[in-house]
Amino acid sequence: MAKPHAAQRGEQGTTGDSAVSSESSPIGGHPTPDGPTRSQTPGARVRSPVDGLGVDRFLEGYGRMCLIRQFETAMHRLFLAGEVHGTTHLGAGQEAVAVGTCMALRAEDYVAGTYRGHGHALAKGTPPEPLVAEMLGRVSGICRGRAGSMNVADLQRGLIGCYGIVGGSIAAAVGAALAARRQGRVAVAFFGDGAANQAYFHECLNMARVFLLPAVFVCENNFYGEFTPMASVTAGANIAGRARAYDMPAAVVDGNDLWAVHHAVSEAVERARGGDGPTLLECQTYRHYGHSKSDPAPYRPKEEVERWLARDPLKLARSRLLEQGVSESQLAAVEADALREIEQAVQAALAAPYPDPEQDRGREFCP
Amino acid sequence: MSTLEFRDAIRDALAEELERDPTVVFFGEDVAAGGGVFKVTTELYERFGPERVFDTPISELALAGAAYGAALTGLRPVIEIMFGDFMGLAMDSLVNQAAKFWYVSAEQHGVPLVVRSAVGAGGRFGAMHSQTHGTWFQGIPGMKIAFPSSPADAKSLLKAAIRDENPVLFLEHKRLYSVKGPPPEREVIPLGQAEVARPGEDLTIVSVGKGVPDALAAAEALEADGLSVEVVDLRTLRPLDLQTVLESVARTNRLLAVEEGPRTGGWAAGLLGLVAEQGLHDLDDAWLITTQETPIPYSPTLEDAYIPDTDAIVAGVRGRAGLVVS
Repeated sequence: MAKPHAAQRGEQGTTGDSAVSSESSPIGGHPTPDGPTRSQTPGARVRSPVDGLGVDRFLEGYGRMCLIRQFETAMHRLFLAGEVHGTTHLGAGQEAVAVGTCMALRAEDYVAGTYRGHGHALAKGTPPEPLVAEMLGRVSGICRGRAGSMNVADLQRGLIGCYGIVGGSIAAAVGAALAARRQGRVAVAFFGDGAANQAYFHECLNMARVFLLPAVFVCENNFYGEFTPMASVTAGANIAGRARAYDMPAAVVDGNDLWAVHHAVSEAVERARGGDGPTLLECQTYRHYGHSKSDPAPYRPKEEVERWLARDPLKLARSRLLEQGVSESQLAAVEADALREIEQAVQAALAAPYPDPEQDRGREFCP
Repeated sequence: MSTLEFRDAIRDALAEELERDPTVVFFGEDVAAGGGVFKVTTELYERFGPERVFDTPISELALAGAAYGAALTGLRPVIEIMFGDFMGLAMDSLVNQAAKFWYVSAEQHGVPLVVRSAVGAGGRFGAMHSQTHGTWFQGIPGMKIAFPSSPADAKSLLKAAIRDENPVLFLEHKRLYSVKGPPPEREVIPLGQAEVARPGEDLTIVSVGKGVPDALAAAEALEADGLSVEVVDLRTLRPLDLQTVLESVARTNRLLAVEEGPRTGGWAAGLLGLVAEQGLHDLDDAWLITTQETPIPYSPTLEDAYIPDTDAIVAGVRGRAGLVVS
């Protein structure tokens, strides 16, 4: 494959200057800094908004976002110290998508995450300590050190896996939705803009819509598929618009706005639980680090990075909470809690032993 | 005595398991209203309804992935990937998801799913509808592969596969669908147990699927030559019951493995390697009868010559130095 032409490697959409313009987008409603975009619901009944959560819940959500940020900061540090092995994909900058989505779910609902999935696990309720230990390959890890950064699963909390293969989460969630339909539950797939070009995406969206499965497809569009700008490899450069072909409700969402994500996902979850089938949400966001730990991301224009950093989802949530009457000291307490929780988790994980190959031979089959 | 047709054995196993366990679901392309392109799954849709038995889009990757996700969350899906040749399209869901979850998640949950497929040459279907995909998956830990040789085994192995907590690939040879035989004696046959299908003293022929009836017929013909042939039916390629093969070779000292597939990378070559490693002291001779190293041809003359059938086995044994008896 030829590298994309220099002209294609321009700045990727930011919120005020989105790659998805209202002219080119059949969805319209590109994100604004101030709140959620309207959702488009072809072929489906439009229901009333269902998010009526109080400020306390959003303060909790902010705390969870801080926890993810501290987790990723710690992983960055521990990777450089040689404690995180192989590679790891950090999701700092994308916290609002994971947290806003999971706030709209019940504990028993299902979530399939991606290889940039630390935030998905933490948002769904996996405690930090066994998750840090998993990154470090320790025996106290959530998967006893067998999974590592890219393949975490925590079924007990509804996390049906994080998928090292781009798009794998989409099919896993569609399958879970088959079971969820019987159970009154909902299944969510997180995936990136790159996955929207996989067979998984197209086959599964079609199947989910045909069977009206209770699924929510949450695309974390961070505008880069690994090193390559999304627009240079994505026809139409508009992922939400693809839902039209499947007669599926869809929306472009400001993925850095916790409230916008929560609102959009809440609508989608209500639709799913009510038997009205799946929804595709394109949550536009940005990763602060490169694709993986081998990638310093030199391909991203400095101004683009700065503009997105100015719209850091944590900063946005913080200001919004202040506006809503949360005090500076309440915010500081939440932030300090997150830092302390991650520091304790890191200390505990570092103290845990590696698995002993003599003790853990593994069993090939489930008896 | 009542007889059971192979295709009915498959359908009966599905019907009985759908009846027995409400979490069993069955889906695939043309399997429900249409009853399957080989008319194997007729009447299941009418009997169990669209929530349990349903037709899907032609989307093998999504089919397999959906089965995987459903297996993690409380269902026991059985899917049909119509022809084994189409398994390439389903491979990521099966290899990277279904086969790995149990181990990688540190045993959080099994992945109880079954993938049924029609396999094998001899139907004039050409290169992309005649392959046998068992060996494509044989090197994947966490995956079981069953390949029945008779109606009775088909029923008991499929019931075992549906009750298994692991992903099972279930291979149905097209040339066996119309074969009739006695009904099973056992409700289920544990996956991973080979069977001595015919006892003998001079030579062990190991095969699986349609290769077993071919080897049994060859053994009859060779009996007239004064050669006593033992036939071992592997029943599953993974887990591989090496012990039964080693015990047989300890009796006969000669091993022939017959595989409908190329020898390079095939299960038969792998089996010979394992027997050499663990049973060399019992071996006087060991060889393979497989296909040529080409895609499967269409023309009847070419396809017939391609398949290692009964005549090829008889000729191969007769031509082997040291085995021609008087």
